[in-house]
Amino acid sequence: MAGTLEFSPDDRYNAFITTCSTAPFTDGALAGTAVAIKDNISTAGIQTTCGSKILEGYVPPYDAYVVELLRKAGAAIVGKTNMDEFGMGTTTETSAFGPTQNPADLSRVPGGSSGGSAAAVAAGLVPMALGTDTGGSIRCPAAFCGIAGLKPTYGRVSRYGLIAYANSLEQIGPMARTVEDVSRLMSVIARYDPRDSTMLDRPYDHQPSAEIKGLRVGIPEEYFGEGVDPRVGETVRDAIGVLEGLGAETVPVSIPGMRHALAAYYVICTSEASSNLARFDGVRYGPAVDTRKSWHEAYQDLRLELFGAEVRRRIMLGTFALSAGYAGRYYAKAQVARRNIHQDFERAFREADVIAGPTMPTTAFRLGEKSDPLSMYLSDILTVPANLAGIPAISVPCGRVDGLPVGLQIMGRQFEDERVVDTAYAYEQEVRA
Amino acid sequence: MKTIVGLEIHVQLSTATKLFCGCSTDYRDDEPNTHCCPVCLGLPGALPRLNRRAVDYGLKVAKALDMKVLEESEFARKNYFYPDLPKAYQITQYDKPLAVEGTVEIEDDEGHEKIVRITRVHLEEDPGRLVHVAGGSKYSLVDYNRSGIPLLEIVTEPDMRSPQEARRFLNKLRTVLEYLGVFDGEREGGLRVDANISLEGSERVEVKNISSYKGVEKALTFEVTRQKNLLRRGQKVTRETRHFMEGRGITTSSRSKEEEHDYRYFPEPDLRPLRVADRVAAIDLPELPTARKNRFMAQYGISLNHARTLTGDPKLADFYERVASADPVLAATWVADTLLGELNYRDMGIAAVPAERIVELLALLRTETITDTVGVQVLREMLDACAAGKPCEPPAVIVEREGLARATGDEFAQVVEKVVAANPQAVEDYRAGKKGALNFLVGQVMKETRGRADPRELGKIVSGYIDTGGV
Ligand SMILES: [Zn+2]
Repeated sequence: MAGTLEFSPDDRYNAFITTCSTAPFTDGALAGTAVAIKDNISTAGIQTTCGSKILEGYVPPYDAYVVELLRKAGAAIVGKTNMDEFGMGTTTETSAFGPTQNPADLSRVPGGSSGGSAAAVAAGLVPMALGTDTGGSIRCPAAFCGIAGLKPTYGRVSRYGLIAYANSLEQIGPMARTVEDVSRLMSVIARYDPRDSTMLDRPYDHQPSAEIKGLRVGIPEEYFGEGVDPRVGETVRDAIGVLEGLGAETVPVSIPGMRHALAAYYVICTSEASSNLARFDGVRYGPAVDTRKSWHEAYQDLRLELFGAEVRRRIMLGTFALSAGYAGRYYAKAQVARRNIHQDFERAFREADVIAGPTMPTTAFRLGEKSDPLSMYLSDILTVPANLAGIPAISVPCGRVDGLPVGLQIMGRQFEDERVVDTAYAYEQEVRA
Repeated sequence: MKTIVGLEIHVQLSTATKLFCGCSTDYRDDEPNTHCCPVCLGLPGALPRLNRRAVDYGLKVAKALDMKVLEESEFARKNYFYPDLPKAYQITQYDKPLAVEGTVEIEDDEGHEKIVRITRVHLEEDPGRLVHVAGGSKYSLVDYNRSGIPLLEIVTEPDMRSPQEARRFLNKLRTVLEYLGVFDGEREGGLRVDANISLEGSERVEVKNISSYKGVEKALTFEVTRQKNLLRRGQKVTRETRHFMEGRGITTSSRSKEEEHDYRYFPEPDLRPLRVADRVAAIDLPELPTARKNRFMAQYGISLNHARTLTGDPKLADFYERVASADPVLAATWVADTLLGELNYRDMGIAAVPAERIVELLALLRTETITDTVGVQVLREMLDACAAGKPCEPPAVIVEREGLARATGDEFAQVVEKVVAANPQAVEDYRAGKKGALNFLVGQVMKETRGRADPRELGKIVSGYIDTGGV
């Protein structure tokens, strides 16, 4: 069964930063399956850039644990996909290697930050791909490109080898055209790794089931309120109607903490990022510092030159949020808001088994449309709560508005990724039939 | 004017592997950057995994210093840029350290027992090391072998009142750490100290970069003098950080921006909070220096001074217990006074001395087969052999070969006769009641007999000979 996969995709969407023309594979559950990897996941011997000039030419000496697991399962690693620089974006436009186009509409962004992975899957270049989700980076592009993508429960998939953006929020997760393939990929990557101290030993071994009779689906009012395109809301309500048709019952729930979700999210992710990205100094890897300058001057010049504007903005925001005299007002407050959201979800999950709503408030933006960072941040409002709460959330295609895909988001209790997958699977099976 | 001293001590814990990865800590004498992996090099994507052994070592220290281990402690990131810090943050502990509120008992300058309070202990990782190439090169090299070595930071209250007390505190602390088996004092650079010092009513000065026990006393003595001189001249002591220049024995003001850092501490998101307070009860502490000192006095009947010296180093105390059985008081004198002096002179460690040879030597002394003087000669010969890596002959063999067995009265009657005959003036002086004259004559006999006679016994013989005209 072992062999080599030839891979020469017609990458007209700029989905890949790096492709491997020949990808060896071994025996296993995914034997010979082409899998694309987001370019912030370390791959031994294959350049890993995070979509940034500062890591151009960096070839990791080791595999991320998920990559190790994929190789063992027989997957052929065929390339590294484009992404917003260090995951900082919702459109894949902040990549230093140019934007990726949405295969559903070439004038549109694929969403982000895992836009390359979503586009590669949507265009049929690969059947499945890995993305990462810090505040929606798997679910947003899945929704915009019309594929399925799962952000697993925090602590279910090893982050070892994932180049950190915001450690306490992010997870690696599967992206594919079908929920079934998402589940297959999840079964391979969700294995306990003692090197990630934030993991729990809760492997995912699951065959999706479409049986959802009696399932209580929570509908949070906040997910259908201001800022959500009414046509998107309607499409998603129709999809929830399909679930009801399958025997699920809907219950109203509320996540009042959502009011502060975006603010909390952006304080936490930029704080962690400001620390995580400090190591890129040109001393050990990536383009080298100018050794003729004094070290601090050399660091400063290199980081100014090689980090993009959005990355620099978030480093500065995070540095500010953590600085003496301000940490109490920002970082500490954000943690309180985070706990509140967590508690809101706990309360909601006493009434409901899963919570459903739109993945994104709108369909895919036009390329260049979100030039104002704040309006881009606002579009993350429906995805960041799951990251703040550490709960699993999937996006599954549920129709189109003006020809553009819409995603149905289903969130579940911590470590109930299986139930989230089953709900999405039931919907997918029903509408496909 | 009261001197007020508080210390922050960083000790490298002697675990086999680093704090957050499996790399070996035994890097001294090895090529640079050969004890490294993605974790301690801070490669993108690598994650820290806490070394449980290092936590246990920290808990042992906490228990030995009678500290309160926090129900939940936490690692935090200390963010700053420096080329030896591969992640640009150090994983340390900030507002939730491993343990708080302990004590160490030392002697004050009058020899009375006093308590130095310990504020906190916490775990953190050592950064790498910059190597400055000789010859004024424009660049520095970085060696990450040290990166990730577990450090225990121990912070005291400002409870010491002189540089000498600070030194005694450090010696005591080191002894405790060595007893616990968590620290190897012989590892170069294994201990680093920052000292806070002020004169009562004046500003506090922090002295950084002290890397030896002696250095602490030297740096603080220099500071006391410097600060007193400032005040004497009517100037003020400025609150500042100063660096100790070990070679020149002085401190210099460090005006670098480094000291104005905002480290932007926040909880390390890659590690879970540490809940280990329940492990403390199960920790078996070895007998600690103070307890051992008291036991030595009670069990062996030796003096406080001997007991203190012998228990000052666990290896020395173990050695003493191996050789003490036949005559503990004799053994204490020989080990604490003679042997230790000879070892220091040769820069040797106690580990190099075969205990059974010392047992044999003590037996020769106890049975009066040899005199103390010969005992020292034989000891030196044995130690020289050890130091040169040669086999250490049994003392009996050395005594036999060199004819050093204690001389009896009869054997050196002739020598006494000869010395008395050759020194009529001294004999005259002795008869006139001058004490020194007898000592001189005894010394002459000792010289002739190469120390094989006991001086006190000899004194009686010589005076008897002169007084009675015969041996
Ligand atoms: Zn290492």
